[in-house]
Amino acid sequence: MAKKVALLQGNDACAQGAVYAGCTFFGGYPITPSTEVAEVLSGELPKVGGKFIQMEDEIAAMASVIGASLTGAKALTATSGPGVSLKQELIGYACIAETPCVIINVMRGGPSTGMPTGPGQSDVMQAKWGTHGDHAAIALVPASCQEIYEETIRAFNLAEKYRMPVQVLYDEIVGHMRERVEFAEPGELEVIDREAPSVSPEEYKPYDDTKGQIPPLASYGSGYKFHVTGLNKAADGFPTTKAELVDAEERRQIDKVDDNVADIEKFETYMTEDAEVIIWAYGSTSRSARYAVNDLRKEGIKAGLFRPITLWPFPEKQTAELAKQAKAIIVPELNLGQMVIEVERVAKGDCKVAAIGRVDGEPINPGQIAGKVKEVL
Amino acid sequence: MAYDYDSSIRPGKLPHIWCPGCGHGIVMKGLIRAMDTCELDRKNTAIVSGIGCASRLPGYLDACTLHTAHGRAAAFATGVKMAKPEMDVIVCGGDGDGTAIGGNHFIHACRRNINMTYVLMNNFIYGMTGGQFSPCTPTGDKASTTPYGNPDPIFDISKLAIGAGASFVARTTAFHATQIDKLIAEGIKHKGMAVIEILDDCPTTYGRRNKFRSVVEMMERLKDMAVPVAAAAKLPAEKLEGKILTGILHQEDKPEYTAQYAEVIKKAQGA
Ligand SMILES: Cc1ncc(C[n+]2csc(CCOP(=O)(O)OP(=O)(O)O)c2C)c(N)n1
Ligand code: SF4
Ligand SMILES: [Mg+2]
Repeated sequence: MAKKVALLQGNDACAQGAVYAGCTFFGGYPITPSTEVAEVLSGELPKVGGKFIQMEDEIAAMASVIGASLTGAKALTATSGPGVSLKQELIGYACIAETPCVIINVMRGGPSTGMPTGPGQSDVMQAKWGTHGDHAAIALVPASCQEIYEETIRAFNLAEKYRMPVQVLYDEIVGHMRERVEFAEPGELEVIDREAPSVSPEEYKPYDDTKGQIPPLASYGSGYKFHVTGLNKAADGFPTTKAELVDAEERRQIDKVDDNVADIEKFETYMTEDAEVIIWAYGSTSRSARYAVNDLRKEGIKAGLFRPITLWPFPEKQTAELAKQAKAIIVPELNLGQMVIEVERVAKGDCKVAAIGRVDGEPINPGQIAGKVKEVL
Repeated sequence: MAYDYDSSIRPGKLPHIWCPGCGHGIVMKGLIRAMDTCELDRKNTAIVSGIGCASRLPGYLDACTLHTAHGRAAAFATGVKMAKPEMDVIVCGGDGDGTAIGGNHFIHACRRNINMTYVLMNNFIYGMTGGQFSPCTPTGDKASTTPYGNPDPIFDISKLAIGAGASFVARTTAFHATQIDKLIAEGIKHKGMAVIEILDDCPTTYGRRNKFRSVVEMMERLKDMAVPVAAAAKLPAEKLEGKILTGILHQEDKPEYTAQYAEVIKKAQGA
C-alpha cells in the first residue's frame, strides 16, 4: 500500500506527529513562528476526542499542560522566544514533579521581541539551563519537516518513559518551510505510554524508586489519590527538608537521564570517517553544513558533518572522539556562541574549535562555513 | 449531620503548618464539610492550589491534590478539568496567590465559566512571606513593605469575579464558620465557575502590625464587617460604609466551558 504523503510545513508536521504519538491535550498561546502548531491542533485534536485550549498566556498554557498530563493525557504546548521565557518556572515544576509533557520551541531571534519572523538558534542553552535549580534536560533538534514529525513522536515517547518535560527546538526556517512528509502507518513507529503503577492505590507512592529509577505515575481520577508538589519531596510525594532525602531525590532526577544517554542520544554523521575537519551543526544550519562538506570535498578538503538530533543530553562521547580524530571542529549556529562552549569543553584542547555565529536574521550559508574551514585549517 | 473530619485528612499529615489563630484551618474544616455534604468521591476530586499559607491546604486532604506554583492554580486546574471533565475540581489559595500573581488566570477561569469551585482565602496580606501587602490589604494599613501605611487601593475580589464572568459568587468570613461549608457546597453543586471568597485572618503578619491585640479581636472585626445581602438591601448607603456583603452575591445559568467544548468535539467529529 502506498504511504500517505503530504507537502507539509514544519509546524504542521509537528502537529501531525503529536497526533500520531497519542497527544490528546494542547494548551497554548499564539506566537510567531510557532502558531501553526496550535492552529492545526485546534482542528485535529477534537476529531480524536482530544482537547485544545487557548490559554491566557504561556504560563497558563504550561500549567494547563501539566494539569492535563496528571490526569493521564499526553500533553503538548508550542511557543517561541518570549513565550519560552515565560514558561521557564513551570518547566522546572514539570521536572521536579516528574510530569511528562512536550514543549515545542520554534526558535526566533532575541532577546525580548527580537525578530519574530526571523530564524534563531539562541535558545539552546536555555533549553538546558532556563529554569532555576538543578535538573535534567532532554532537547531534540530536528532539521527537516520529516524529522520534525518523527522527533515530535520521539519527544512524547521520551517524556512518557522518563517522566519529564521534553523540549523540541527547531528554528523558524525549518518550522515554516514546506517539504514532503511521509506519514507513518499505525503501529509502524514506536509509541510509548507511561508506566502505570503495579501496586494498589493504598500502597502507591508517586516517587518510590525501589523498583526502578523512574517511578510509575498514576493518573488523577483513576482510583489513585496522591499529592503532587513543586517542593522537594519524599517518595510519598509529600514535602520534606530531610537532607538525605532531598539529596537522593535531586540526584535520581538527574541520573535518570545521565544513566540512559545511550537510549536518548541520536545523531547523524556524514562523511566523518576520514574527516580532518568536522562541522558540528544542528537544525537548519546543518543543512547548509552538508552543502559545505560536499563543496569542500570537491576541493579535496576532508570535511565531515556531525549533526546532533538529541542536543541535550549533550553528545559528549561522539564529540570527544571526533575531537581526537580531527584537526578542527567548526560550530556554526544562529547565535553568538552557545553550543560551541560545550564542544570546547568536551574537546579538551584535542583539536581546534571555532565558532561561526550569525544573529542578523539570515541563515548561515554553505560558503560562509567553507570559508571558515579554510581559514582555520 | 455529624462530620467525620478524620476520614478526610491524610493519615499522619497533622499537625498543619498554620499558626495558632490562623483562619485557614477554619476554612479547611468548612471545605471538608462541604465535600461531605456533596458526597464527593475523593478519588475523583482534584484539589489544586498555588503557593502561600492558604495553598498548603490540599496537602492535608485525602484526594487527588496538586500544590502548584505561586498564582498558577487556576491554570493547572483548567488543564485537569479540560482533560477529565468528569472530575470535581476545587481550587484553593490566598488573596495574593489568586489576585496578584495569579490574577490573570483567575479572571480567565471566571470568563470561561469552567466548572470548578475556587475557595479564595482573603486574609488581606501575604502571610507566608512575612506580611508584605497584597492587592487586598486595606489602604492605609501596615505591612512589612508599607511602613508608612499602604498607598494602594484594593481589589474587591467578589466584584472582580462577577465582572469577569463567574456564574456563582459568594462571600463570607472565617467568623461565620457554618456559612463557609454551605456556600462552598452550593458552589460545588453549581455548574460553572464558582468563587467563594472567605475573609479570614493572619494574626502573625497582619494582626500584629495593625494593632489587633488578639485573634478574638480580629474575629470580631470580621463579624462586624459582614452584612448579609438580604439585610443590606434594606439598609441606607451610609450604614454600609466599610462593610462587606456576605452570602450568595451572584448566581446565573450560563454555558459551562467543558460542556461547550464537548460540542466542539461533536462538530469536529461530524456529528
Ligand atoms: C514566583 C513566585 N514569586 C514569589 C513567591 C513568594 N511567595 C510565596 S507565598 C507568597 C504570598 C502568599 O500570599 P497569599 O496568597 O495571600 O497566601 P497566604 O500566605 O496569605 O495564605 C509569595 C509572595 C513565590 N513562591 N513564587
Ligand atoms: S503566617 Fe498568617 S496566614 Fe500564614 S499560617 Fe501564620 S497566621 Fe496563617
Ligand atoms: Mg494572604
